[in-house]
Amino acid sequence: MTVVTCKNVSIRYITGDLKSIGLKEYVVRKLTGNYHVREFWADRDVSFKLNKGDMLGIIGSNGAGKSTLLKAISGIMMPISGEIKVKGKIAALLELASGFDEELTVKENVYLRGALLGYTHKFLDEKYDEIISFAELQDFEEYSFKQLSSGMKSRLAFSIACLVDPDILILDEVLSVGDGDFKKKSEAKMLSIISGGVTCILVSHSIDQVRELCNKVLWLDHGTQVTFSDETKKICDAYEEFLVTKKRPENMAEIEKMARDFRERNPEEEQSSKQKKK
Amino acid sequence: MGQTYIIGKYVYDRILLLMEKVLNRVKEYSFLFEQLVSRDFKRKYKRTVLGMLWSVLSPLLMLFVMRMIFINFFGSSTPHYTIYLFAGIIVMSFYREATKTGMTSLVQNTAIVTKINVPKYLFIFSRNVSAFVNFALTLGVFFVYCLVDRISFSPSFLMLIFPSITLTLMNIGIGMILSCLYIFFRDMTYLYDVFLTLLNYLSAVFYTIDRFAIGIQQLFLLNPVYAHIRYFRMIVIENAIPGIGYHGLLLLYALIFLAIGFYMYKRYNYQFIYYL
Repeated sequence: MTVVTCKNVSIRYITGDLKSIGLKEYVVRKLTGNYHVREFWADRDVSFKLNKGDMLGIIGSNGAGKSTLLKAISGIMMPISGEIKVKGKIAALLELASGFDEELTVKENVYLRGALLGYTHKFLDEKYDEIISFAELQDFEEYSFKQLSSGMKSRLAFSIACLVDPDILILDEVLSVGDGDFKKKSEAKMLSIISGGVTCILVSHSIDQVRELCNKVLWLDHGTQVTFSDETKKICDAYEEFLVTKKRPENMAEIEKMARDFRERNPEEEQSSKQKKK
Repeated sequence: MGQTYIIGKYVYDRILLLMEKVLNRVKEYSFLFEQLVSRDFKRKYKRTVLGMLWSVLSPLLMLFVMRMIFINFFGSSTPHYTIYLFAGIIVMSFYREATKTGMTSLVQNTAIVTKINVPKYLFIFSRNVSAFVNFALTLGVFFVYCLVDRISFSPSFLMLIFPSITLTLMNIGIGMILSCLYIFFRDMTYLYDVFLTLLNYLSAVFYTIDRFAIGIQQLFLLNPVYAHIRYFRMIVIENAIPGIGYHGLLLLYALIFLAIGFYMYKRYNYQFIYYL
C-alpha cells in the first residue's frame, strides 16, 4: 500500500534582503533600487513513492534540499508545483532541541512539547515519569529550563519525541543524541521505533546509517533528484564515490560505474573492518 | 419542491460536515491550546500574586494620574467623570494589550512554527485569552468603583457582554493582521506604538466630545475603539441601551477585522517561513 507519494515536487525558497527588515528600510531600499530578493529552487521535480513499512534515506551534501523536502512532506511548507500525498498520521522530528520555553520548568516544558507533538493529557500523565527517567533528569524536574545544560536539553527533547506513535516518521538527524551511554540508549530506542513497522523518512549525514537501515534511497544534489532507487547499497557506493570525485552521474549506467569504482578502491574487507571499528 | 429538498439536504449535510470538522479540530488542539494559555499566564505573571495584582494596578495608576490632571478641565461639566475616564482606560488597555501581544506571538514562537506543523493562529488566540482575563479583572474593579461612585446596577449592565465579545473578536482580527505585518516588517512594533498613542488621543479617553460640531461627533464613531468605549459609557453612566444600529456597527467592526485577519493569515500562511 502506497503511503507517501511525491510527484514532481518543486519547492522554491526566497532569500535576500527580506529577512528581519523594517518597513522604513524596505521603503528606502525599494526607492534606491537596493532591494534584492533572490529566488531559488530548493527542490526541483522530486518524485518518489513509499509503501507501508519502507525506510527511505535521503542523501546529498549541504544545500541539496533535504530538509526543505522534509518540511514539505510534514506540511510546514507548500510545494510550488507537484503533489504530495500522505496517508496516515505524520510525526516530524526536525531539530527538536530548539523551541522550548526557557522560563518554564522542565515539567511544564514536557507537557508543552508533548502537546505540540500531539500527545494527549492522559498519555503524558502516564508517560511523564518514563520521560524524565529516560532523560536522566529526575533531580531537575522543578528547575527552570534555562538552568539545564545543552546536553540535558537535547536529552529531554529526545525523550519526549521518542514516544511518538505515528504511521509515518520523519527524522532529520535525530537518530541519537548525547554522548556515551545516552547515545547508545537513544539510538537503540529510535531503532526499536523504526523497526516497529512504521514508514520512515530519514535524513542522515552518516552514509553508513543509511546503508544499514534503509531499503530505499533518494539522492538529491543542489535541489534536483539524481536518483530514487531501492538498490541502497549500490547507490550508497556511488554516492561515496561522488563525495570523492565530485562528478555528478547523469544516468543509471554512470551510477553503476561509480559504484564499481568505489568498490575497487575500497575492497569489501576494508569496508567491514571500518564498520567494526565504528 | 423535490429540488428544493435536495438542495436543502445538501446544504444541511455540508453544514453538518463543516461543524464536525471544526469540532474535531477544536478537540484535537484543545490540550495544546490549554498548554499555550497556561504558558502565557506563567510568563506574564511570573507566578506571583503581585504579578497578577500589578496587571490590575497599572490601569488603576493610570486612572489615578489622569484623573488628578483632567478633573480640573472636564470634572465639573461631566457627570461621573472618574467612571467616564475609567471606562475609556479599561477598553483602551484591553485593546492595546491584546493587539500588541498578538502582534509578536508568531515571531516569538519561530522555533516552534518552523519545526512543528501546528495551526499558527493558536498562538495568537492564546495571547488574546490572557489579555481578556486581564480585562475581566479590571472590569471587576470598575464595577466596584461604580458602587463607590453611587451608580446603581441595572439589568442593562448585562448588555456589556455584547461589546466585550465584539471587542475581543476585533482584537483577535487585528492581532492576526499585525502578526502578519510584523513577520514582514520588524519595525512594526515601533510604528504601532506611535499609532496607539495617536489612537489614544483620538478615542476621547479623557476628554468629552460634546464641544465638537455634531458632524465631527459622528466621525468619532469611525474609530472602532471609541465606539466600544462609548457603549460602555452609555450603559453605565447614561443608563441607556444603544440602538440596534449601534450593535450592528460594533459587530461589523469585529467581523471586518476578523475577515481581513483570516484572509491575510490564509494567504501568507506558507510564506511566513521565508521571513522567520
